[in-house]
Amino acid sequence: MRTLYKFHGGVHPPTNKDQSNQTSIKQAALPSKLIIPLHQHVGNIARSIVKVGERVLKGQIIGRPEGHLSSAVHASTSGTITATDTEQVAHPSGMPDYCITLIPDGLDEWMPLEEHDWQSMSHTDLRHKLRDAGVVGLGGAVFPSDMKLYSHNQKITTLVLNGAECEPYITCDDLLMRERAAEILQGAEMMRALLYADNVLIGIEDNKPEAIAAMRTAVEAGKHERMEVIAVPTIYPGGGAKQLIRVLTGIEVAAGVRSTNMGVQCFNVGTAYSAWRAIRYGEPLISRIVTITGNVAHPQNFEALIGTPGNELVAQAEELSGTTGYIMGGPMMGVLLPSKQVGVVKATNCLIAASDKLFPPPAPAMPCIRCTRCADVCPSELQPQELYWFSKAKNLAKAQDYHLFDCIECGACSYVCPSNIPLVQYYRFAKSEIWAQEASQKAADAARERHEFREHRIEREKLEKAEKLAAKEKAALAAKAARPLQSPATVTIPNADPENTIQLKIQTAIDHAKEQAAASKPKNTEQLTPEQLAQIADIEARRARIREIAKAASEGPA
Amino acid sequence: MLNALLVMALIAASLGAILGFAAIKFRVMGNPLVEKINGVLPQTQCGQCGFPGCKPYATAISEGAADINLCPPGGDEGIQKLADLLGMEYKPFGSETAPKAKSVAIIDESTCIGCTLCIQACPVDAIVGAAKQLHTIIASECTGCELCLPPCPVDCITMETITEKITNWKWKYPVYALTPAKYDSPAP
Amino acid sequence: MAGFFSPFISKPVGVSQIMLKVLLALIPGLALYVWHYGPAILVSITLASVTALATEAAMLKLRDRPVAPFLKDNSALLTAWLIALSIPPLAPWWMVVVGTAFAISISKQLYGGLGSNPFNPAMIAYAILIISFPVHMTHWLTPHGLGSVQLDFAEQLNYIFQGVLPDGIKLDGVTMATPLDTLKTQLHLNGNINAIMEMPIYGYLAGHGSEAVAFGFLLGGGYLLASGIISWHIPAAFLVTLFASAGIMHLVDPAHYVTPLFHWFSGAAMLGAFFILTDPVTSPTTPRGKLLFGFGAGLLTYLIRTYGGFPDGMAFATLLMNICVPLIDAYTQPAIFGKKVKP
Repeated sequence: MRTLYKFHGGVHPPTNKDQSNQTSIKQAALPSKLIIPLHQHVGNIARSIVKVGERVLKGQIIGRPEGHLSSAVHASTSGTITATDTEQVAHPSGMPDYCITLIPDGLDEWMPLEEHDWQSMSHTDLRHKLRDAGVVGLGGAVFPSDMKLYSHNQKITTLVLNGAECEPYITCDDLLMRERAAEILQGAEMMRALLYADNVLIGIEDNKPEAIAAMRTAVEAGKHERMEVIAVPTIYPGGGAKQLIRVLTGIEVAAGVRSTNMGVQCFNVGTAYSAWRAIRYGEPLISRIVTITGNVAHPQNFEALIGTPGNELVAQAEELSGTTGYIMGGPMMGVLLPSKQVGVVKATNCLIAASDKLFPPPAPAMPCIRCTRCADVCPSELQPQELYWFSKAKNLAKAQDYHLFDCIECGACSYVCPSNIPLVQYYRFAKSEIWAQEASQKAADAARERHEFREHRIEREKLEKAEKLAAKEKAALAAKAARPLQSPATVTIPNADPENTIQLKIQTAIDHAKEQAAASKPKNTEQLTPEQLAQIADIEARRARIREIAKAASEGPA
Repeated sequence: MLNALLVMALIAASLGAILGFAAIKFRVMGNPLVEKINGVLPQTQCGQCGFPGCKPYATAISEGAADINLCPPGGDEGIQKLADLLGMEYKPFGSETAPKAKSVAIIDESTCIGCTLCIQACPVDAIVGAAKQLHTIIASECTGCELCLPPCPVDCITMETITEKITNWKWKYPVYALTPAKYDSPAP
Repeated sequence: MAGFFSPFISKPVGVSQIMLKVLLALIPGLALYVWHYGPAILVSITLASVTALATEAAMLKLRDRPVAPFLKDNSALLTAWLIALSIPPLAPWWMVVVGTAFAISISKQLYGGLGSNPFNPAMIAYAILIISFPVHMTHWLTPHGLGSVQLDFAEQLNYIFQGVLPDGIKLDGVTMATPLDTLKTQLHLNGNINAIMEMPIYGYLAGHGSEAVAFGFLLGGGYLLASGIISWHIPAAFLVTLFASAGIMHLVDPAHYVTPLFHWFSGAAMLGAFFILTDPVTSPTTPRGKLLFGFGAGLLTYLIRTYGGFPDGMAFATLLMNICVPLIDAYTQPAIFGKKVKP
């Protein structure tokens, strides 16, 4: 029997998993349209390579990965591209992002797929294939998987497969492990080979006995060596990568440290499955298992195409009245979607139809009474109350001193807070504020450097000019000495002329521009709102002022 | 008596030696305060403070010749930082200098005549182009100082406020439910 | 609709439930109090509670804060109960009112209300009262079975509200100094511990009657520990330190230093260990800090009791340690996940 380790804290919210794990995974119906965001992963946004009106096939690449850390995006079914613009996406800001809208033609026609045997492929090719297939972490972090499958710098001893699924309500990994265990394990073997890892540990919370049994059977049936399915205690956030690594191996991975530096790499079971499908069958990541639960008549899991509008998917589980919105992910770390039409993305493991009955409005926040229940449950062993005071007072430097960035935003502190303080909100605010400040400091430093370089350059040019002039004069003197007969007038003309010509040229250009401006009015000056007009007037006034100042400055001293 | 005198003299000599050594060893070149103040300033080099750039303003502050509330791009936070750095009281902006939303300059390329005057005005070399060639602004390097606006003979440069997008979105400060609303928002 | 940001669920335990459980935990001690000293304590508890709620409401109104949620949080009520329990039950009504009003208005609300007061309000009230009205604060009721006369409830009420005792009864006949106070006086008179302990006001471990009340608070403290309302750190550190310092001195000189158990069960030690020092607002937040805090309070309590001018050291020890809390917190930050020394 393996010794399991413990991590500090954790909470036991009601799991609410039994509602959705009773029936098998159902193939979701083809939706009326697909809204596929180009930025579904960590890293650079994919670049659209399709045009409106173009017909695409199922699995065809429509967004190419850009730069080092990026991932591809594919058409989830065959159909016509109707828009490449911004749409609402699953993001806490509720702001729009670039999406490709695809109207399915109902044929669901695959592009020609390449089947591969991973054992006969080079590791570099495998990683390229995974990147082009858009395989990213499906546990919610959506980090491009190819970037996690290097083992150049360190020896990886253990590959951890995360099937813990600690968030309440979510059962998509549970069902995937029950029904497709063999393929998950094939993917794990491939990942192990890429990482040159010795052991594979599969951690599953002990509230999923069927999944544990299915995986164990598959390990035996597949004759997988040095691969172990381990039941871990059910405690939130036991499925956090760092927490699971701690429970299974005893290793603590601090913030800012990669687990690979400590010889461990961690993948979600769904990622292993998708990686396997991507190589073996050449199927890019165009669908995933999504748990539909909450205020619906038949909570269950669907295999849904990426881009499926949320409401069309939830409708298949029969949404009940009183639904106020959808939560993507679990109730502890999920995101309330800005609208019901937002499409399923690679990170969508679950959609919870929320109602006031299931998620009553939070009670008003009371002052912190320093009870430290938050510190008792914090899996990162932080002092959340201190972080809260510093974040609330916008004392960001102090918050950083108290390890704000070790916070994994699991929400356990907010969950237990007797004063109902939205603690995680304060941490998110402080973190993004710090990031913004760092960015502006960086920009300021860059600006200073450029400014200093410019002054340096001007100085140098001046010097060079003076030197040239001196050399010229010297040459002229020498020439004069050599040929005293030449008239001095011819020397002065070239000096004066270029000035005049430049002035002349500028004037001609201005006239030309004026003509042009008169001929074609700018497009954006018609039908302006009063605000915009006020803004324009403001800008004009400012310009006039600046010009006056400039004029006064140029005339004043002279 | 003599012993005491000797001891005192010895102590004086050794302390003098240590001070002398420290003065040479830990000598600070230049005025570090100017650098520190300059580090806090936003480096827009816009001259809105009345000085020809951030560093001259920093020098003026360090000499006590300028107030700390003259830098609109730095905003209230900038004043706060300067006050903290210098151990001074926070001072709000005067009526004439008010912080504006951060913005970048945009060149209307259909009007630009390629005169290079803006290139010469840009304090951070954020405009590229050559004589009679279209000029364009490297948005990521533009500090929004507006110094390129006055020299442009054809008024083809406009300032565009940087709006919040999904890429630069920030989490907001949580609203504290129990505090009466009148403390949260200024009276209309 | 649920909150706009995760987590969308929360544990249904609020501040008022926590405070309510602490009040419940005071019941065993209170019951034994009434059993041994009569119902006068119920009068001061009622008086203090009404004063506390009224003062809290008035102050919240003045500070322009919502009144209802803060009155419902039970924290003012808890302060009131603790004040009533730490001053003599026969204290005149105006003393209870002044002490409670001062505690709530000055030492709690003026610092920013719930969660912001650096000092334990109940102990502030005690300190103010013992400094301002030292004589009244030494007239403790004699437990049943000790005094020559017993006042009935009506007579107790009469004294509390009008300061009138029945004809022929003197105050000294119905009140006495506390066991701790008596011990101090007797030791000053060159008494021997063994002889002093033979006095009728002493029981099995400490004062007759008061030791039972202390045991009641110990029971309540056990409930608080078991239900997770308080952590073991502060009570354990406090009681162990008090026991150890008293034990060492007792071993050295048993004739002049009482047993450690006497210290445990006298004065406000048990009440303080489980109900006063553990006030989360005025105690450290880190585990090591809590241990340090309990240790300091235990040592100070012993020193003040043994060498100081006041009979009991609990209140001043608490207040002195309260001052140190920010410092203790800053210096006892625990190592975080992944940053501990490698085993």
